[in-house]
Amino acid sequence: MKPALQPAVPGEPSYGAAITWYESTARQRIAGLLDRGSFNEFVGPMQRETSPHLAMFDLPAQFDDGMIVGRGTLDGNAVLVAAQEGRFMGGSFGEVHGAKLTGLLRAARDTQSSAVLILFDTGGVRLQEANAGELAIAEIMRAVYEARLAGVPVIGLVGGRAGCFGGGGLIAACCSALAVSEAGRISVSGPEVIETHRGIEEFDSRDRALVWRTTGGKHRWLCGSAERFVDDSIGAFREAALALLAHHAAAGLDSLLREQARLERRLVRFGDCDDALHIWRAMGAGLPAALPELDYAGFMEQGAPIREASDDAR
Amino acid sequence: MTLDEILQSLFPHGCQLDGHDGILYGQATRTTGDAVQIIGVTNGVAPGVDEAARLSRYLLDVLERGQREPIVVLVDSSSQRMSKRDELLGLNEYLAHLAKCLIYADACGHPTIGLLYGTTAAGAFLATALATRTLVALPGAHPEVMDLPSIARVTKLPIETLEQKAQTNPIFAPGLDNLARTGAVHQIWDPQIPLAPQLESALAAQAAHGGDVRDQLGLQRKGRLKAAHIRASVYRLAADAG
Repeated sequence: MKPALQPAVPGEPSYGAAITWYESTARQRIAGLLDRGSFNEFVGPMQRETSPHLAMFDLPAQFDDGMIVGRGTLDGNAVLVAAQEGRFMGGSFGEVHGAKLTGLLRAARDTQSSAVLILFDTGGVRLQEANAGELAIAEIMRAVYEARLAGVPVIGLVGGRAGCFGGGGLIAACCSALAVSEAGRISVSGPEVIETHRGIEEFDSRDRALVWRTTGGKHRWLCGSAERFVDDSIGAFREAALALLAHHAAAGLDSLLREQARLERRLVRFGDCDDALHIWRAMGAGLPAALPELDYAGFMEQGAPIREASDDAR
Repeated sequence: MTLDEILQSLFPHGCQLDGHDGILYGQATRTTGDAVQIIGVTNGVAPGVDEAARLSRYLLDVLERGQREPIVVLVDSSSQRMSKRDELLGLNEYLAHLAKCLIYADACGHPTIGLLYGTTAAGAFLATALATRTLVALPGAHPEVMDLPSIARVTKLPIETLEQKAQTNPIFAPGLDNLARTGAVHQIWDPQIPLAPQLESALAAQAAHGGDVRDQLGLQRKGRLKAAHIRASVYRLAADAG
């Protein structure tokens, strides 16, 4: 909620910069990301636009359906913001949840607004309303790319408890640029889904170290899948968002061709690797097994010289 | 209909397709004499990083030539390939890149038509059929987000209970009619009559209607009663905020 009579103060969010992004709620993240008192929510919980499909499964609805959208300012710059609440139904995309983001992105496209920030925290499609959720993701992917073609940067921030899985991973890869923290796992098929379909020999979902080095933020950043690797704090995500607003890939044929080259190069260089450790070694890491253990500063020092460039190729 | 029957009915003047292992690309001649480009994920294949990159490479070659031919996307796939290697290499980027190539093609004036004639699911569905502007299907096509046994596991409900619930609200249940109700599928073609004129009318209809109309279709078909209204409310507020 917007606090009454609070003037917007650029550079001074109302929520602590040192607080962990991972442990925070979607509303806390917005409060810490944007300038104090600047956030104005659209179709907020007071409107009680809940999912019409959960009652059939005897599940409680939430007044915002786990998606918060609105506008605010980031260091004085007007931005549109969408944040997923991973604690409600795993941040999953349902009919209402998805429609809010589609509306926001289409408005950004048509008014050529300055930028859109998406705070991902999602397991993917909400299975209780799977058809509506899947189609919502398709509509959002199209709306993200159309907004970018209209010149609006769409910046994704990934570091929540639910990660960024399923269709969420596809939407993230449609964005102009991404910032990830170590906890920001990005993938299509989740570890449990792969294990269920292919067996524990293919992927042991309970091997946490394996899961994190395969889908986690460190690996994604090293591969060039994300532009920024950030420490797990709201202040770090705010700084990364500001940096990415200043520099991001423009949509169009040039960046698609560069992305094709980037993705083909990855297949050539790392297509035969069967573990992240092998990929990191092929990149030139001296002690690949040590990378997951390093703290932010130590990892940046080791990782920055060897990582694959993102090349504005999105 | 088999793929060969579909191709003969769709392109009676013939088509030249390359590719292997279910991943196809090439071109054909419309009954108007104009060229049409084709990509396909067929034969129930599960597209992974390698397959997606081959299809996007073909699309980018088409886009670089700038002829603005229509692009037909043939789909009879599995789900996306589920493997450790694909996720390790960033499958989300490869699938999204393929979808972006199709969305960009549409924006540049290449009409995009998806033809779903078999199964498809989850991420494979998003990267191909659902990234076209007009999605049509043949009767018997079977799209699904996730199979009912998996939904049963996640929701901890017996399959019989889910089948019962699907009678009143099929929003979660697999199947062409259920997906069509949400607005995901624009039209179901008639396999008893030639497909070529049906393609021509789909192209004409697409030229007449701009933009993504799937939430409106979902409202008209009573499959997504809230999406269009919520989208419009947020749109109005965000656009007013400027």
